[in-house]
Amino acid sequence: MSAAGFVVGLTVLALGTYALRFGGVAAGGRMPMTDDVRGLVDRAVAVLLVAVALTGALFDGSSPADAARPAGVAAGVAAAVLRAPLVVVVVVAAVTTAALRAA
Amino acid sequence: MLPLCLTVALIGVSYGVSATSADFALWQVVLLAVGVLGASSELLFVALAAAGAHPVVAAAAGLLVNVRTTAYGMALAPLLRPGRERAVGAHLVNDETTALATAAPTRAAGRRAFWVCGLGIAVAWPLGAVLGAGLGRVVPDPGVWGLDAVFPAVIAALALSALRQRETLAAAAVGGAVAVVALPHLAPGLAPVAALLGLLVVPLAGLVRRPQHRRPGSGRRP
Repeated sequence: MSAAGFVVGLTVLALGTYALRFGGVAAGGRMPMTDDVRGLVDRAVAVLLVAVALTGALFDGSSPADAARPAGVAAGVAAAVLRAPLVVVVVVAAVTTAALRAA
Repeated sequence: MLPLCLTVALIGVSYGVSATSADFALWQVVLLAVGVLGASSELLFVALAAAGAHPVVAAAAGLLVNVRTTAYGMALAPLLRPGRERAVGAHLVNDETTALATAAPTRAAGRRAFWVCGLGIAVAWPLGAVLGAGLGRVVPDPGVWGLDAVFPAVIAALALSALRQRETLAAAAVGGAVAVVALPHLAPGLAPVAALLGLLVVPLAGLVRRPQHRRPGSGRRP
């Protein structure tokens, strides 16, 4: 990619992403925030986050991840379900994954 | 907060390494990191550039990955006052800040979480990128330390509180399944957006359930 080409690509990606983000914020600010609308938006965010986590646990880009990663993620989530602090979740997930890979 | 920023920095390191091996100059690595502040879209942009894609095509693919940030922005709108707060805050909308801010118990706590996390990532991500660009291939594989499992685990942990509501749990379960099944067939980054189909399970379940909810003595046939 040439320097000029990069600048074009960067501009498109950076400005486009900002437009996506700001558009969402602006739309959210203009919408009549009834409880129903608020609930739907919050639910949509939860669905998105779960999907990001799940696909991130099971896939490495477009190909399946090795078995250690979802196992480590599951261990971390289990710690979270047991109300462990975030630091513990991080350590449990990383250590479990690393240990399974070293085995 | 610190473990989250460290994780982001480490993913930033692998981004810096990838970009450098794709022959991006340091100024390009940094500009991309600071200008976009979106890990997965930048990693995809670099990967496509390395494969010889046209810069606009690579950028468009990155934009597809970032489509979900519109929904994030809508959820964060109440936390950002119109004007400068909103203009600056919009740049910090991503998976981590959204997950942290929406998991907070009060709006004030959410606002604080958003800004602390957002600014932390705004520093950690480019810093990691610079480190990665400098260290090049000397960087050990983050997989050895199990660090690739940290980001999904943290995002899931932050979404847990919202899943206590049954309808949200159902929608997330269906949506998650849809995303996993659809991922190999979709452009990178779109699988989570496909998961939004899971939201339909709530009104659909309501349509099926309603005939059984009859007031006693209403006189209507079931």
